Amino acid sequence: MITFKVNRKAQSVDVNPDTPLLWVLRENLQLTGTKFGCGMALCGACTVHLDGEAVRSCVTPVSRAAGKEVTTIEGLSPDLSHPLQRAWIAQDVPQCGYCQSGQIMSAAVLLRENPKPTDADIDDAMSGNVCRCGTYQRIRSAIHLAARMKAGGEK
Amino acid sequence: MNEILNLSRRDFLKTGAAAGGGLVIGFYLPLGNRLTAQQTEATFAPNAFIRIGTDDRVTVIVNHSEMGQGVYTALPMLVAEELDADWSKVRVEPAPVDAAYNHTAFGMQMTGGSTSTWSEYDRLRKAGATARAMLVAAAASTWNVDAASLRTQNGYVIHDATKRRLSYGQLAGKASTMTPPQNVALKDPKDFKLIGRPTKRLDTPEKINGKGMFGLDVAVPNMLVAVVARAPVFGGKVRSFNADKAKSVAGVRDVVQIDRGIAVVANGFWPAKLGREALDIAWDEGSLAALDSATQRDQYAQLAKESGVVAKKEGDAAAAMSQATKKLEAVYEVPYLAHAPMEPLNCVADVRADGADVWTGTQFQTMEQIIAAQAAGLKPQQVRIHTMLLGGGFGRRAVPDCHFVQEAVQVSKAVKAPVKVIWTREDDIRGGYYRPAAYHSISAALGADGKPVAWQQRIVSQSFIAGTPFEPFIFKNGVDQTAVEGAADLPYDVPNLQVEWKQAPGGVPTLWWRSVGHSYNAFVVESFLDELAHAAGKDPYEYRRSLLGKNTRHLAALNLAAEKAGWGRALPEGRSRGIAVHDSFGSYIAQVAEVSVLKKGEVRVHRIVCAIDCGPTVNPDTIRAQMEGAVAFGLTAALYGQITFEKGRVQQRNFHDYQMLRMNEMPVVEVHIVPSNEKMGGVGEPGVPPVAPAVCNAIFAATGKRIRRLPIRAEELKA
Repeated sequence: MITFKVNRKAQSVDVNPDTPLLWVLRENLQLTGTKFGCGMALCGACTVHLDGEAVRSCVTPVSRAAGKEVTTIEGLSPDLSHPLQRAWIAQDVPQCGYCQSGQIMSAAVLLRENPKPTDADIDDAMSGNVCRCGTYQRIRSAIHLAARMKAGGEK
Repeated sequence: MNEILNLSRRDFLKTGAAAGGGLVIGFYLPLGNRLTAQQTEATFAPNAFIRIGTDDRVTVIVNHSEMGQGVYTALPMLVAEELDADWSKVRVEPAPVDAAYNHTAFGMQMTGGSTSTWSEYDRLRKAGATARAMLVAAAASTWNVDAASLRTQNGYVIHDATKRRLSYGQLAGKASTMTPPQNVALKDPKDFKLIGRPTKRLDTPEKINGKGMFGLDVAVPNMLVAVVARAPVFGGKVRSFNADKAKSVAGVRDVVQIDRGIAVVANGFWPAKLGREALDIAWDEGSLAALDSATQRDQYAQLAKESGVVAKKEGDAAAAMSQATKKLEAVYEVPYLAHAPMEPLNCVADVRADGADVWTGTQFQTMEQIIAAQAAGLKPQQVRIHTMLLGGGFGRRAVPDCHFVQEAVQVSKAVKAPVKVIWTREDDIRGGYYRPAAYHSISAALGADGKPVAWQQRIVSQSFIAGTPFEPFIFKNGVDQTAVEGAADLPYDVPNLQVEWKQAPGGVPTLWWRSVGHSYNAFVVESFLDELAHAAGKDPYEYRRSLLGKNTRHLAALNLAAEKAGWGRALPEGRSRGIAVHDSFGSYIAQVAEVSVLKKGEVRVHRIVCAIDCGPTVNPDTIRAQMEGAVAFGLTAALYGQITFEKGRVQQRNFHDYQMLRMNEMPVVEVHIVPSNEKMGGVGEPGVPPVAPAVCNAIFAATGKRIRRLPIRAEELKA
């Protein structure tokens, strides 16, 4: 049994401890907002927060989450109220949408660590997240907008 | 309001309840709408595309698949405009498979060819207008007034004289009893309130909170998960296998052989994958076991020396060439490309004795139903295809042989349980169905004024149409039109023109890839035209203008892009511009790229200015988004994309060696829409073709080096 918290709720799973956290979230806990894209930490679609840090859950054994706190896209806000979600709507970022959970989870850590990121900061933080639809330009403007929202400049 | 696939659907999928009743209009009501009996009675469903509930909710049943291109917004806009619906109450539901949902141009249910919006433009507006007329008739009957004295606005029928109003939900019951009018008048476009205005996508909220349901997210009770070991060489077959070790992996339930390989079936993805790694399979590798990209290149070069089937002939190009004094000849080459949608292929199939359900993201519903039925041993009407959100399509989910659905059906049938087959990224990159490789030999002769007097292009490529049900429609006079599109219809004034197609041997599975033949023909034509401009000593923009004659839509796009890009004006040190214009899928697009080339030959694309004439617009913000995305897609291919073979095996496997453009490489994209009342075209694909030539023409301007082989290789550009 491996016990950890997911989106503030205690969970216990009985799986091979080498199983990537991604598949435990998706298949055991039915949290399918976290996506499978590459299985090699190359695309970022599976990004979640483990004790507040962005990790690629496709290469993170679930054993590493034992006793820790995992946050997934489903736990970011209950009502689309997170500044990033509001900014994503304002910029109408997603196309197919498949990578966007991972994009937002990466951006959330960026904004927490760096409330006013520059374009170069965004390049650094977000280049691990692939978007095949090419929504990068809108992701960039949405991150800037969310930063302004967080600072109280814009609703 | 905005959740296309709401929680009730998710709950449904997990509880596996039978599909809801309420067959109010004679077709199976898709998941997620388990109306109560009372609601069902009162629901107004005037046609296959619209349901209006007593709660005022307007459900638009959309027959085209949402793969990012925005049809779950643009198509409801068409309905809502004529219905005068309250846009905030509009939601979407994917259509089941039914002839009522066939593509208006292609006669089967499918999404592709950048056709969704224009092909539904009339039908869905009529559907909305018909529903509106019936609601008005219901109100007229209720109030006993003349229908002509009523107007509609934002989900209400209004009688101004008596200041009365009823919502569409309030009228739903009565409207159901009204006879649909035979002919309804459509709005004058000047009265549009929604069409042509930037409109927020209905599917954004569910794509940023984890609730959107892609095929990979489907879970049904007692579902197992499978991965399939497929032959390492295309066309290979299993000679023998031993599953003992695989079966000993905890969680593995079964190992079964299917047409395309060995499926390891488990209680989750991870044990299935471990089980697959433990398989011991001897393959008969078949006739492609020695396939090698370098050898294939030589083979294509040889084929290019033989004459092909004539796709276009005007004047006498050979004679004109022989008489000319100034001639140019070149070879252009492009590789195989994988679509690599972010969501790897997957399919859930539940095959039972009396029917089957299939959940997947597909662009090809009618064909999936037929093939699934064949694989299951059922009749097509016994198979329900549930279309989920597509995590990218780009053509990869429109496969004539329906292989990824067929596999899942075969596995489910074999293990007698619902099964989700998941492709890994490696399965995807190595799984074939690539954009064909192509080899072009091209030549032109210039007259004394520098204008081309002759143009000859010979294209060597495989056909993915030959031998499919599409052949009678897509082959013309022995030529696969997907191979020559964008070349045979050269827009430039050239009096002597000959374009030929030479079919290369098949074997490697190939497929339409966002913009299909245009993806390479635009690169070749627009790069070679640039070569002619430089040979003639002319400005590439002015040279194009001088040859476009009566092609006003090309000219409008070209002029707008050049103007907005500041063509001819000074650039920062080290930057150069390139230009390209190309029409495809009914739209006309010009792009100007601003590029710098670093010392080591690395290419940086700073900015792309894009002008598009797609005719009347429906959702301009989606048009912009599609152009932005097309730039990233085209640039990914130009900078990185190639699938190569050695000893029959694909050499790439994941995003480290089949690279995608990333945030730090994304240029600024500026999109300008040409105001146009010309025929409506598509927007999903046509932004891709001009990218590579615009960038490569800018590289030439910067370095004097002509890129004639994609992807761009830094070693060819080193200072």
